[in-house]
Amino acid sequence: MAEQAVKAVKKKKQKNLAKGNAIAGYLFISPFIIGFLLFMVYPLAQSLYMSFCTVSPVSGQGFEFVWSGLTHYRYIFRTDPKYVRLLLEELEKMALYVPSILVFSFFMSILLNQEFKGRTFVRAVYFLPVILSSGVMIGLETNNALLSSMQDLVKDSDNGTSITATLESILLQGETGNSFFETIIRVVNEVYNIAIASGIQIIIFLSGLQTISPSMYEAATIEGCTAWESFWKITFPMISSLILVNVIYTIVDFFTKSDSEFMKMINDNLLKDFNYGRSSAMSWVYFVIIMAILGIVSLIISKRVYYYD
Amino acid sequence: MTKTNAMTRKERWEFFWERNRKSDGYLLKKKIARFIFCVCRAVLVFGLCFLILQPLLNKVSVSFMEEIDLYDSTVISVPRHFSVSAYSMAWKMLEGAKTFWTSFYVSFLVAVAQIVSCTLVGYGFARFKFPLKNFWFACVILLIVVPPQTIITPLYLYFTDFDIFGIIGLFHGGKGVKLLGGMTPYILMCLGCAGFKSGLYIYLLRQHFRNEPKELEEAAYVDGCSRMRTFVQILLPGATPILTSCFLFSFVWQWTDVYYSQIFFSNAYGWILVTNRLSSLVDRLDGYYKSIYGQSYQIASAYGQQVLSTAVLMSLIPLILIYVLAQKNFVESLSQTGIKG
Repeated sequence: MAEQAVKAVKKKKQKNLAKGNAIAGYLFISPFIIGFLLFMVYPLAQSLYMSFCTVSPVSGQGFEFVWSGLTHYRYIFRTDPKYVRLLLEELEKMALYVPSILVFSFFMSILLNQEFKGRTFVRAVYFLPVILSSGVMIGLETNNALLSSMQDLVKDSDNGTSITATLESILLQGETGNSFFETIIRVVNEVYNIAIASGIQIIIFLSGLQTISPSMYEAATIEGCTAWESFWKITFPMISSLILVNVIYTIVDFFTKSDSEFMKMINDNLLKDFNYGRSSAMSWVYFVIIMAILGIVSLIISKRVYYYD
Repeated sequence: MTKTNAMTRKERWEFFWERNRKSDGYLLKKKIARFIFCVCRAVLVFGLCFLILQPLLNKVSVSFMEEIDLYDSTVISVPRHFSVSAYSMAWKMLEGAKTFWTSFYVSFLVAVAQIVSCTLVGYGFARFKFPLKNFWFACVILLIVVPPQTIITPLYLYFTDFDIFGIIGLFHGGKGVKLLGGMTPYILMCLGCAGFKSGLYIYLLRQHFRNEPKELEEAAYVDGCSRMRTFVQILLPGATPILTSCFLFSFVWQWTDVYYSQIFFSNAYGWILVTNRLSSLVDRLDGYYKSIYGQSYQIASAYGQQVLSTAVLMSLIPLILIYVLAQKNFVESLSQTGIKG
């Protein structure tokens, strides 16, 4: 087809080149357009419609949709004991996770950008979770009813004689700043999860750091700039655009990972209770909230981003 | 520099002190600070490495234990009774060869389908100007952002009664085709760039093609090469590294994916992937022992966990092999795409 387009271009002149390009462009992206319409727009629209309906299976003929207005939305916000709580927990977790992942990956990428022995090995290890995570390693161990009961047993028999627990209780004895310490302790406890969730972000930051030309630092040092100053005046602005990319990637990654309790609830509604309408309504509320958060965050950050070129 | 290299150790030592004296002790202070910094960095960096590797190492050591070692509180990481029985049990429960082959086959096809379509689309976005381009690219971003949970319900219904605008229905007696339960729906989705993380691959490939010099194609066009041929013969060979890593990403993520496998390849349909097997492994083990020792038999949960973690380890071995072989490719091709905000 593209060959035909080229022949047409040959016959006519420059003016038609743009047209040929447009046709070729559309041909190249046509798999995406078709797939997007069939597997994204159509299901999205239908899921929105379903969230306003009661869907019941009719034997032998598929499904019947009966319009029921806002029933599902009313149910999940007013009656459902779990939905709002889990949603808020998820958002709270996000507010804690995203900044920690960003700070962690930024810090690590600066360390990994320096020269030291075994750097290749360390980089490989930090990137390993990207390959191994997403379900198999993380999700399975808690999924199983048999095993989770055993884990509770282990937790109960633990006498709590660990250093971290003692430190935690000492820090929490103080009168002021308790909630601050609690947040810090939560982050420290989650350091494994943060480390395994920041593989891609580290790579993105690293790629940004490598594009900054060393002559900039050299010039700054000659002018008497300290390392601290050159960090804030050169490094930070130069990779601020990547901070935006990483924030968006982290938020999306956090929300679309499928092993959280919230996702499990939506799945249970779908696959166990066969309540299609309600599960659609649940995921739509979730989707709208994600879009809103992404919009707000990228608006705030993109105003502060500095573009070098 | 050459001067210090030629000196003996003692001379170098004296030379250092002399320089230090001349700089009022600044040199020594700086050296010490540098040394402390290096030690702290090494502790931090390698400590976190250990943190990431620890669950994996733990699985390895547990997998070589005999059941009796699991209850022995003096055995922590080195097994006292070395055995590979957990491996043979896990292999049996996974129905090793068959499941692995199915999983490999599915992941391979999915990866091929995804990369073929995403490469075309990525190239289209990188090189051609056409109306509504920004709009369509925003749609790619939307593809990345929409959580699969939102669309999975309609897709599930959609594929049980598959029909493109009633066209298939015309030939099939008014009803769609039941596609669910095989490879077809998922491969179709991947070909339509709507598979798992397809948006990300489009983005990466577009980024790569944008950075290639334009002159390459212009020269080819001048010589009378068609657009498709230019793409296949001129641009694709140069894109091998990024294509390989996207392919491997796709393969690996499909291999470890639980969510889509659960929906599209559940046990009832005979397409059993490694992840499906893993999620029902302990129950199968329980059933296996019940069939031998009678219904009242209960497997010890520690043993169940040991077999499960061995099975997880086995399912990760192919991935670790791939990663060790292609590690450089993964990290470098990603960092060289020059992602910009």
